[in-house]
Amino acid sequence: MQAQLNKILEEAKEQLQQAASVSDVDEIRVKLLGKKGKLTEILRGMGKLSPEERKTTGQMANSVRSEIEGLLERRFADMKAAAKEAKFKLEKIDVTEPGKEVTLGVKHPLTITIEEISKVFMSMGFSIAEGPEVETVFNNFDALNAGPDHPSRDMSDTFYITEDILLRTQTSPVQVRTLMKTKPPIKVISPGRCFRCDTPDATHSPMFHQIEGLVVDEGITMADLKGTLDSFAKQLFGTETRTKFRPHHFPFTEPSAEMDVSCFKCGGKGCRVCKGSGWIEVLGCGMVHPHVLKVGGLDTEKYTGFAFGMGVERAAMLKYGVDDIRLFYENDMRFINQFK
Amino acid sequence: MLVPIEWLNDYIDIDVSDEEFCDRMIMSGSNLETCEHFCEEMERVVVGKIEKIEKHPDADKLVVCQINTGEEEPIQIVTGAPNVFEGALVPVALHKSRIPGPLHGQPKQEGGVKITKGKLRGVESFGMLCSAGELGFDDKVVPVAHKDGIWILKGEYPLGQDFAEALQLKQAVVDFEITPNRPDCLAMVGMAREASATFKKPFSYPDTAIQKEDGEGESKDYVSVEIRNPESCKRYVARVITDVKVEQSPWWLQKRLMYAGMRPINNIVDITNFVMLEYGQPLHAFDINQVKGGKIIVENAKDGEVFTTLDGTERTLTDDMLLIKDAERGIAIAGVMGGLNSEIEEDTKTIIVESANFAGSSVRTTSKKLGLRTEASARFEKGIDPNLCEAAADRVCRLIELTGAGKVCKGSVDNYPVPEEAKTIDIRVDRINRVLGIELERQEMVDILESLEIKVAGSGNIMTVTPPTIRQDLLEEEDYIEEVARIYGYDKMPVTLPKGNTEAGIPEDRALRDLTRDSLCGMGLNEIQTYSFVSPKGVDYIRTAEGSWERNFVKLINPLGEENSVMRTVLMPNMMEVLARNYTRNIDKVNAFEIGNTFVNNTQEDDVLPYEQYALCIGMYGKDEDFYSLKGVVEELFRVLGIKDPIFAGEADLGAFHPGRCARISVISGENGEPVQLGVMGEVHPDVAEQYGMEGVRIYCCELMFDAIRDNSDRTILYTPLPKYPSTSRDIALLVEENLEVGRIEALIRKEGGRILENVKLFDVYRGKQVEEGKKSVAFTLTYRDKDKTLTDEDVAKVHNKVLEALEHKLNAVLREM
Repeated sequence: MQAQLNKILEEAKEQLQQAASVSDVDEIRVKLLGKKGKLTEILRGMGKLSPEERKTTGQMANSVRSEIEGLLERRFADMKAAAKEAKFKLEKIDVTEPGKEVTLGVKHPLTITIEEISKVFMSMGFSIAEGPEVETVFNNFDALNAGPDHPSRDMSDTFYITEDILLRTQTSPVQVRTLMKTKPPIKVISPGRCFRCDTPDATHSPMFHQIEGLVVDEGITMADLKGTLDSFAKQLFGTETRTKFRPHHFPFTEPSAEMDVSCFKCGGKGCRVCKGSGWIEVLGCGMVHPHVLKVGGLDTEKYTGFAFGMGVERAAMLKYGVDDIRLFYENDMRFINQFK
Repeated sequence: MLVPIEWLNDYIDIDVSDEEFCDRMIMSGSNLETCEHFCEEMERVVVGKIEKIEKHPDADKLVVCQINTGEEEPIQIVTGAPNVFEGALVPVALHKSRIPGPLHGQPKQEGGVKITKGKLRGVESFGMLCSAGELGFDDKVVPVAHKDGIWILKGEYPLGQDFAEALQLKQAVVDFEITPNRPDCLAMVGMAREASATFKKPFSYPDTAIQKEDGEGESKDYVSVEIRNPESCKRYVARVITDVKVEQSPWWLQKRLMYAGMRPINNIVDITNFVMLEYGQPLHAFDINQVKGGKIIVENAKDGEVFTTLDGTERTLTDDMLLIKDAERGIAIAGVMGGLNSEIEEDTKTIIVESANFAGSSVRTTSKKLGLRTEASARFEKGIDPNLCEAAADRVCRLIELTGAGKVCKGSVDNYPVPEEAKTIDIRVDRINRVLGIELERQEMVDILESLEIKVAGSGNIMTVTPPTIRQDLLEEEDYIEEVARIYGYDKMPVTLPKGNTEAGIPEDRALRDLTRDSLCGMGLNEIQTYSFVSPKGVDYIRTAEGSWERNFVKLINPLGEENSVMRTVLMPNMMEVLARNYTRNIDKVNAFEIGNTFVNNTQEDDVLPYEQYALCIGMYGKDEDFYSLKGVVEELFRVLGIKDPIFAGEADLGAFHPGRCARISVISGENGEPVQLGVMGEVHPDVAEQYGMEGVRIYCCELMFDAIRDNSDRTILYTPLPKYPSTSRDIALLVEENLEVGRIEALIRKEGGRILENVKLFDVYRGKQVEEGKKSVAFTLTYRDKDKTLTDEDVAKVHNKVLEALEHKLNAVLREM
């Protein structure tokens, strides 16, 4: 009987070696270990043996059984692995073929620029305020300390709807609107469209965008203006950016300044972008003129503030190297698609 | 304002490099446009004397000159210039020389132009005789004397000397950008004052001390001045010069003018221009023989009065223009231009020098009405200090004396009804520090203010300040804060952040637009931006009905052109233009949107703002697009924006759209249950497409109004528990009349399906085989679920059969075999 068991084991080994598929292996399992399998039969016939023999044969039968089971398992695993291998081989693809097209739409580059700038200011606690594109002459000029003789009021500079209504030439009237309806502390930016009588060419557009900013509170100083805008510049153009404030003149701020930033292309060494100067002018700013604060009914002894404004097209042109402002309004999809 | 640094050195000793000068002037508030270095690109150009001129053997227009450049042998040069003569001193560009250029009639070259010997029509030429233009001077500053030819030198110069050295041509000229609040800086003296404060160095005023008043008689013997409009003429100073010799100015004077951007004409005109540039005070000279009766009367012109200015143009005046008259007639338009009738001639012997102050507003009006802007008018427009008149007149006299151009008569005629006085105010040390965020001592502030010739009195916190009258911009404390700030230096101020805390916020409208933009980009649409002002024809092109609100334009009074003459009422015409532009550029597919303001003229009042609201326009074309792909975008957008159950109703009467493929979109307003219009969408009418050059292209467009969207948007999100029990679905196919809308079928199914009908989804619409003509088969999946239990077949059948019955009875929709 023991010889029989050994034979079964040898046979099993041989058959398994030859088995070609998972079903072959399963067949072998049934033939040996199934209800009518050879080994099962042997175990069943053990009743006829003496207790002594039964013990030794039983032990041997069990060890043969577990050895066969082990062989089966390994063979199964090998077969599965081989089958997987074959499948993988068959399913190999060319990963250099292009992906299936999924298109995300693109925001207009001016929107992207406005969003980037707004994000920086919002992180500093600025809210967004808005105003109409068609404005009153009062909000656009009078309230901003640009008197009746101010040259920018000229029909050759400003588009008029009536004598009292115009297309705003700057986003600054939103300052006036904000001052008239909000109590300090005020900290707002206002992006929007502006209009001036410029014939379109590579660097001029009769319509353009500005972002205006206004901060009014007790004890606001020109040092705060410098700090806020310097921080803005570092966040937008990189922490290495340096800023320079040059005196300038605007009717609605006093003192007034223009802010230059160290060229973000060359770092200040001088290049084509900064025209060799190392500096790029990015915005106008200043301490809000008391005449403007008074429009909002504020006590100018108690409250001070600063304001700033920058051109969005100019910022976008510098940032993306766009050399013709008209491209922004042509909306050629090959242009827009570049800003993904 | 062109400032030659050499000239500025007459008043203040600038001992820093040109670069440092520019940088420090910028930081103290004088912004500059450019700094040009003249004659840097000039090599081997020398002074030569034309010894002999002979005709060119083969060319009528050329001559052959023998030039003495101090060498033993003369140099032969061929020239075509008409103004050469034997004995003339000229600039000679030698063989292998370099001149700034440009050559006559050619564009300016970087680095200048190289000159070498060559042959002109067979005759050798060993260099070139140069015009002022060829040596780098703008045509408009070349002296009248040699405007159309070779530069002929006046005076004696050593032959062979380097030309630039001989005339001291190499110098820097800084072009300062003068802001409108600082007209005092449109003068050399003003810039010297700025430089003085910037570099903390003293400066001196021009020499006005006339040494000999040896003209015959006194000024008042020759002329009387009457001001009949003292509002427009605050002061009029006249001085008389006799024994005038009109000739070319000395080179130093010509040079100053040329570098400052003015053309030398003759000594009298040049001196008045020179003093205008020095003081910012325009001056004029009349030939006394042409001032009838020795009378100068300043009064307004008569309406329709005709007057010929010295440029030879006849001009018709109006009664708001100020005129200088003699006893009989007009002789100059005040502050703008002199008259041809009283111009200085070569034989003029006695002149009246006018140094007057005309009001900015008056000169501005006149200049604008006449379309005539001059150096003088530009200065008067910005406002001039009347206290300058006397010094400027004296300075003219002094220069006439110095250059020997004439003899100055004693005294002046000065009509100055109300002398201008400076405005004295109190300013506070602590306020200045508080606004700037600095801690300056009083004395430091006083020093700064005094360096700008501001007088300071008072003590402690109060500074009682009096500006020089030239500084008409210093009126309030803020103006002085700026003066302290800029001279102290913006760069020295500390850098701090505001102390107060504020929270960032976005207005609800804007947030909704941002969300719309993000969503549409997510769905693959590109954003565009177009002009807010458009052509009124756009609404014609999209076939908008006559009399509709879209034609109620807000119109510009002064548009650039018809194409930008009204504010847009809708976005669609701009969208069509953009689609068409892309189409003509062979872009085969465009999915785009614009979010922009629209304007409707809602009022007849002149001072009420029009109704302004944001709109959204979506436009698309391309082979994969149809009505339903656009509708899918719109529906998904509504889901994002919280627009519940939008209604799409077929619309056949909108000119812009295909009558069978257009829908009006509305929503039932929560407040009163009335439908509110949100917008329209559809396939663009083929005639509209053709109008935009897109014949046969199927274009899909949607325009929505944001105010209505905002008012009906509900973006609160409340979680619904996930279902615990399974759903079961039934597919049905219905045979219906062709014109029965799917929307109606779906609405009925929903109504009858009631509580347990979770969803209805159309999955097929079929026409053709097995479906009779005039009918269609529509197939839906109905999903049933009860949130409290597992539905049995009987539960579902009860409701489902009710649905089918209703469909058959109410819509004549018969169930087809699946």
